[in-house]
Amino acid sequence: MIPLSWYLIFSAALFCIGLYGVLSRKNSVAILMGVELMLNSCTINLLAFWHYYAQVRQAPQMSPLVFAAIIFAVAAAETAVGLALIISAYRKRQNIIASDLDELKG
Amino acid sequence: MTTLQIVFLIIAAITLVSACLVVMTRKIMHAALWLVLSLMGVAMVYATLQSGFYAVVQVLVYIGAISTLIIFAVMMTRNVMEDVGPQSNRGWGLALVGSLILFAGTSAILLTWDKAQTVLQEIPAVNGENIQMLGLALVDPMGFLIPFEVASVLLLAALVAAIFLTADIKRSRS
Repeated sequence: MIPLSWYLIFSAALFCIGLYGVLSRKNSVAILMGVELMLNSCTINLLAFWHYYAQVRQAPQMSPLVFAAIIFAVAAAETAVGLALIISAYRKRQNIIASDLDELKG
Repeated sequence: MTTLQIVFLIIAAITLVSACLVVMTRKIMHAALWLVLSLMGVAMVYATLQSGFYAVVQVLVYIGAISTLIIFAVMMTRNVMEDVGPQSNRGWGLALVGSLILFAGTSAILLTWDKAQTVLQEIPAVNGENIQMLGLALVDPMGFLIPFEVASVLLLAALVAAIFLTADIKRSRS
């Protein structure tokens, strides 16, 4: 079967790709896409360790599954608020380039 | 190499290539569609971890809801970023180097850590993903009732905030 390190390295690669997207993109929506990739890689990590502990301890493990469920809820909330902020900025400035949105005044 | 390993490698390759296209492609709409493929690959990785419930939740929440929201936002704000011209900022080289260093460091640690070399066997269904036990743990005061409630309050707050930010209150009053 599959070694644990394959999952962990896969999720590290996904995280780094998402990090590059967050740091390098100009468009705010593309930055949010990078954040989605990073959150997904965290969930892969959690579920891989869930499988590992259920195998090592020979007992059902619930905590990693609850963590994964909470990451899903946080991801949904983050996307909804992030896109609402982007649409609100677009209405006021007609601009969603992240480096141009540098004033706090509305 | 077993069949499952080959399947995992194919899924991982598809996911990583489409994730690279998400962060590098010029047209933002294409990036959103590549993101859908990448999320689908992650759902298949959950399935290889014997976590069928989270694979379904991934398809429902990410592909069904979140990517729809993202595509909606892309279509609403389309005319701002024309699809020609640079899509990345000046510091992209530094970002690339930083991400690569982080990946190299993490992989070096993971390859030398002996516990990470454990081969994941098939776990019996009793110890596996038991949805009934997960549901009971979420409403058990000794279990995860408080995190569950905090997550629902967070979702409610996000709902209110999203409506407040997008609704044009001043214009609708006058």
